[in-house]
Amino acid sequence: MSQLEVKNVSFSYDGKNSVIENVNLSVESGELVSILGLSGCGKSTLFNVIAGLRTPQSGRVLLGGEDITSKPGSISYMLQKDLLLPYRTIEDNVALPLIIGGMKKKEARAKVQEFFPRFGLDGTQRKFPSELSGGMRQRAALLRTYMFSGKAALLDEPFSALDTLTRSDIHKWYLGVMDEIKLTTLFVTHDIDEAILLSDRICLLTGKPSTISDIIVIDEPKPRDLSFTLSEKFLKYKKAVMDKLTAEN
Amino acid sequence: MKRKLQSTTSKLLPAAALLILVGVWELVSDTGLIPKFMLPSPVEVCAAFVSDFPLLWENSWVTLLETFIGLLLGIAIGFVMAMLMDRFSPLKKALYPLIVITQTIPTVAIAPLLVLWFGYEMTPKVILIVLIVFFPIAVSLLDGFSSADPDTINLMRSMGAGKMQIFRYVKFPGALGQFFSSLKIAVSYAVVGAVISEWLGGFKGLGVYMTRVKKSYAFDKMFAVILLISALSLILMGIVTLLQKKCMPWEKSKINKE
Repeated sequence: MSQLEVKNVSFSYDGKNSVIENVNLSVESGELVSILGLSGCGKSTLFNVIAGLRTPQSGRVLLGGEDITSKPGSISYMLQKDLLLPYRTIEDNVALPLIIGGMKKKEARAKVQEFFPRFGLDGTQRKFPSELSGGMRQRAALLRTYMFSGKAALLDEPFSALDTLTRSDIHKWYLGVMDEIKLTTLFVTHDIDEAILLSDRICLLTGKPSTISDIIVIDEPKPRDLSFTLSEKFLKYKKAVMDKLTAEN
Repeated sequence: MKRKLQSTTSKLLPAAALLILVGVWELVSDTGLIPKFMLPSPVEVCAAFVSDFPLLWENSWVTLLETFIGLLLGIAIGFVMAMLMDRFSPLKKALYPLIVITQTIPTVAIAPLLVLWFGYEMTPKVILIVLIVFFPIAVSLLDGFSSADPDTINLMRSMGAGKMQIFRYVKFPGALGQFFSSLKIAVSYAVVGAVISEWLGGFKGLGVYMTRVKKSYAFDKMFAVILLISALSLILMGIVTLLQKKCMPWEKSKINKE
């Protein structure tokens, strides 16, 4: 059964012109599905609907079979901005979702410790976000997202603010971490390379109002490494994606 | 190294300016350019400070006590007001202009009324300080609360945080910087407010003492009190700065990195 399902979701801000229409997609348990679209295609709107922050005009969002439409607090997300609270140490930032969920501070702190080495964050526990580099902050933000929901996470262009080198670094790190924790992930991006490298499937969000026009399966064993981006297969996928994107617009 | 040098010069310059100022004052007074009974020399002021110290000490405690009670109440009321106005926006729309208007009423003008209403004891003084203090506190906190990043608030909501939790984990700590800046202003205003309200009637306190020495034309003692009041304000502001460093350790780590 799919872990995360979006069924016939339509949304408009003014009640007339839909931004997204009839969006259907599903993410299987442990799978990474990306949504690829040009900027302004309604990716972030779709995101807010799935997170429960906006109520769609029609359609439903299901998590593990349970209806979570317009119910925030079931699935967490991560954005381009790390949104770490500057006045909390990294461990307290990461433990925050647990504390909000009602866990005692001490307990929450103890619980997050074991994930620090796994996420390559060991030694940053007592530091403040301002003492960390952008890449490290994004790692901490991902760990926080993971602490909130082991079930599924939404990632909205999480790495697009990083420079190219840091980015390929963090891609490598991300593939490694995902191989271990196998988080069910819906990943929004406008970077075709990133989408092919990380995803099991890529959904193209195109048109006005936007809808899922195509799904491309990246049939490549995991864990992948960065050399995949230089292979011929990779280029084939890239060409297929680009052809479809241009055909739709 | 360079920074250390800079901080030394930045302390050296105001110290030198102060020294020159006091020197000129002493000269003007010693040469008789301005008669001594009108402007006592710094040396005489210091002498008066020392000889009057027991009296000054005793009166300071009264003034300080009023200041503290007034500050605490003012902060508490300012905090609650800011919190309520942040939570219920109609309340903010209704009260914010009123709060601003209360600040245009000169404190010197309401102080005598307060004395008439509440007598010569501590109550009118504390009330005046509360009136002075709560405004900067309430406004700065309210601004701090409402300038919280909407993306962060949405993220907290997506984690299932309620309004109280968002307040506690995002809005309140985010407003601390503004709170402390306004507290520094509030503290010095509070001391001055206490003195002013003591001028207008009371039995003890630096303000009462001040009116007494003024009436006897003891200008050296007058200056000694002024000196003490400034010193007290400075010390209180210093305490606030220390408190701020203690309460906001993340600010320090930011400075270390830069």
